Amino acid sequence: MEPILQIKNLTKNFGGLCAVSNVSMQINQGELIGLIGPNGAGKTTLFNLLTGVYEPSSGLIEFNEDGKKIQLGGLKPYKITAYGIARTFQNIRLFKTMTVLENVKVAMHKNIRYGTLAAILRLPSYYSEEKWVEEKACELLKEVGLYGKRNEQATNLPYGEQRRLEIARALAIQPKILFLDEPAAGMNPQETAELTNLIYRIRDKYNLTIILIEHDMSLVMKICERIYVLDYGKLIANGNPEEIRNNEFVIKAYLGEEI
Amino acid sequence: MSQFLQQVINGLSLGSIYALIALGYTMVYGIIKLINFAHGDIYMLGAYVAFITTTYFGFSFFPAMIASMVVCGILGVLIERIAYKPLRHATRIAALITAIGVSYVLEYTTQYVMGSEVKTYPTLLSNVSFSLGPVTISMQQVYIFTITIVLMIALQLIIKKTKMGRAMRAVSVDEDAAKLMGINVDTTISFTFLLGSSLAGVAGILVGIYYNSIDPLMGMVPGLKAFIAAVFGGIGSVPGAMIGGLFIGIAETMVVAYGSSLYRDAIVYLILILILIIKPDGLLGKNQREKV
Amino acid sequence: MPKQLLNKENIAWLASAIVIFLVCSVLMNAGIINSYYQITLYNICINIILAVSLNLVIGICGQFSLGHAGFMCIGAYSAGIVTKMMPNLGGLFLGLLVGFVISAIVALIVSIPTLRLKGDYLAIATLGFAEIIRIIVQNMKITNGAAGLSGIPRLTTWPLLIIGVVIALVVVCNFTRSAPGRACLSIREDEIASEAMGINTTRYKVIAFVIGAILASMAGALFACNFYVINPTQFTFNRSIDILVMVVFGGMGSMTSSVIAAAAIGILNMILQNFSDIRMIIYGLALVIIMIFKPSGLLGTKEFSFKKLFQKRKGNR
Repeated sequence: MEPILQIKNLTKNFGGLCAVSNVSMQINQGELIGLIGPNGAGKTTLFNLLTGVYEPSSGLIEFNEDGKKIQLGGLKPYKITAYGIARTFQNIRLFKTMTVLENVKVAMHKNIRYGTLAAILRLPSYYSEEKWVEEKACELLKEVGLYGKRNEQATNLPYGEQRRLEIARALAIQPKILFLDEPAAGMNPQETAELTNLIYRIRDKYNLTIILIEHDMSLVMKICERIYVLDYGKLIANGNPEEIRNNEFVIKAYLGEEI
Repeated sequence: MSQFLQQVINGLSLGSIYALIALGYTMVYGIIKLINFAHGDIYMLGAYVAFITTTYFGFSFFPAMIASMVVCGILGVLIERIAYKPLRHATRIAALITAIGVSYVLEYTTQYVMGSEVKTYPTLLSNVSFSLGPVTISMQQVYIFTITIVLMIALQLIIKKTKMGRAMRAVSVDEDAAKLMGINVDTTISFTFLLGSSLAGVAGILVGIYYNSIDPLMGMVPGLKAFIAAVFGGIGSVPGAMIGGLFIGIAETMVVAYGSSLYRDAIVYLILILILIIKPDGLLGKNQREKV
Repeated sequence: MPKQLLNKENIAWLASAIVIFLVCSVLMNAGIINSYYQITLYNICINIILAVSLNLVIGICGQFSLGHAGFMCIGAYSAGIVTKMMPNLGGLFLGLLVGFVISAIVALIVSIPTLRLKGDYLAIATLGFAEIIRIIVQNMKITNGAAGLSGIPRLTTWPLLIIGVVIALVVVCNFTRSAPGRACLSIREDEIASEAMGINTTRYKVIAFVIGAILASMAGALFACNFYVINPTQFTFNRSIDILVMVVFGGMGSMTSSVIAAAAIGILNMILQNFSDIRMIIYGLALVIIMIFKPSGLLGTKEFSFKKLFQKRKGNR
């Protein structure tokens, strides 16, 4: 089967600094991929390239939409999102003073079929669409266990719940591929365990391909089927958790060179 | 051709005044990322201080200039301490609104005290002019241009060679890191306002001489133009402010000479919009990007 | 008409608009609101429209525009010129329409390049555009240059003003509580996240800006047909700041507070009419003090809502 996402020789330079250098990856439909590496290895930059925040200096990002090859490199973020590619943010970027429910509704935007004029004139399409949006958003909030807090301001949620809201918001896009940027950062072991279950559950339920950046190695080793390792912007290893654990380049990257 | 040269000369002297004001904008923006809307009004006050000291106390040009510099410098520091310091970590829009508020207070307090009528400026510099080939240059223009250049060089030396200048540069790059290195950030920011505002004081007296008249609302439009000059040159850059000021000055005199004086101000705004769209970092500015 | 429109809150809103309209009409007819107070009342209505429309751009969409006076200027001159040729209600409607079209086109031209800019740069660019609009008006023949237009027929009436205010409020509130409105709010909150959620941020910024411009031109038209005389000096940067002051006083993002602030400032202006310098000093000081001590404005983002009121009453029972 064709991979759902193919990255070929992707490079990003910031002035003289090469943040991502000649990275190639193949991601298949339904996989759960881990992306690891020391701090500053270029993981988030890679996510930013894949979601359109940055434009690649060179290389290709090819998305397979039901057999049709689409080049994502250099597209605007909202266009990439429209193909069904969603993300969460490492440093949590919720719409802070909007309610939990509104946060999810914003992400459903591309599927809402009424325009500005219908909104202002309150045409029937406004009411029918808003009803559907409300139901769907509540359903997603139940999924991540935040339904009871739907009318709270996002900024008032505790940290772990903010991370889960980020996931709910990304799911509202109805994605095919989901990028999770350090979803377990700052969580206690129990929250991490709940998160693990949530990731499994949403993958099966929504038929997702998930790529996650994470520093919690136990989480990565437990749930990821395949792991890519970045160091200084270069891909240094790729394999299943067992192979990565024993890979000498990976050990060197994390522990430093032996003299 | 001779008319063109003449316009360049006129533009240079007007432009050097803009450059002096632009320096204050550029330094303040460089260090606390605030468009100090009140800066134009500080320069208006500089003009008034010189007007009062010369008319009522019989000061000559240089003592009056020093008086303007001192008063404006102190005022700049006071404004920073009272109005801007509490907002240093607020949103940039909040800080901008505050600056607009300060600007209103300065303008209308002056209007309340001094009256809203236009005042005729005393002749402080000899207005003898002499011919240099095809163009006529007045002594005033020579003074204006020379004073600007001297101040500009002095400022550049302060920023590049002194300890305070180094602190200013450090704070503008990273306030927190500068604090950790033992730099007194508050003093540094106040010093920046002191420098910028005293330069505006000089610009005030020069504008009074150049246009021969002053009024309480004179700060707004030249203030905006000077800001545009700072943006043109690349905000945060001292040479950029100089280049920007001269460019705006020359562009303005050219439009008046060859186009229509009615569109004198429109051309400056047009330059602003073009530069913001084509190269928002300005000629000598650095590119900055938000981290995701 | 969708049946959902006929709910308790909407009826309550309609009823309160009618009550305010009738009470003021009676007071005006009885002479309790004399012609002097009437000027203030009319001014307040025009300012409400301006404040609400600017609040859409600044408070809802988070785009700091300092050029609102430019669109008001377009509306005022369109209506002024058309009604001078056609001094009746039809002329006013035609003038309004012309103003809408021109201001929408100008808003599009202004916004597409400038809305890429952020925060304070955007503020300066919009300010520049508004000044350019004013300078062009000042130099055109049809607008009678710096002297301005005089003898504009007085067509603005109390019912028209109330209808204008209601239209502005309904448009802005309906927009805010809809998918496009949520898109604008999300841009205000976090533009990068908003784009990552599939929002075409440029598009929604432009939409908010254009709606704001059209409403401002409506206010301009009502202004022109109320005061007989208009000239370019009425639409300077200072006018934009006046509108901004109302939005900031009340609270950016709250329409209720824009209405209250416009009314309060209107009354304050009337009281301080003979002390215009002091008035401006007070405004300046107030801007500084509010930003330092309560940057969210006097009422923050709170909105008055009949729905909440009804729910509370139910809860108490």
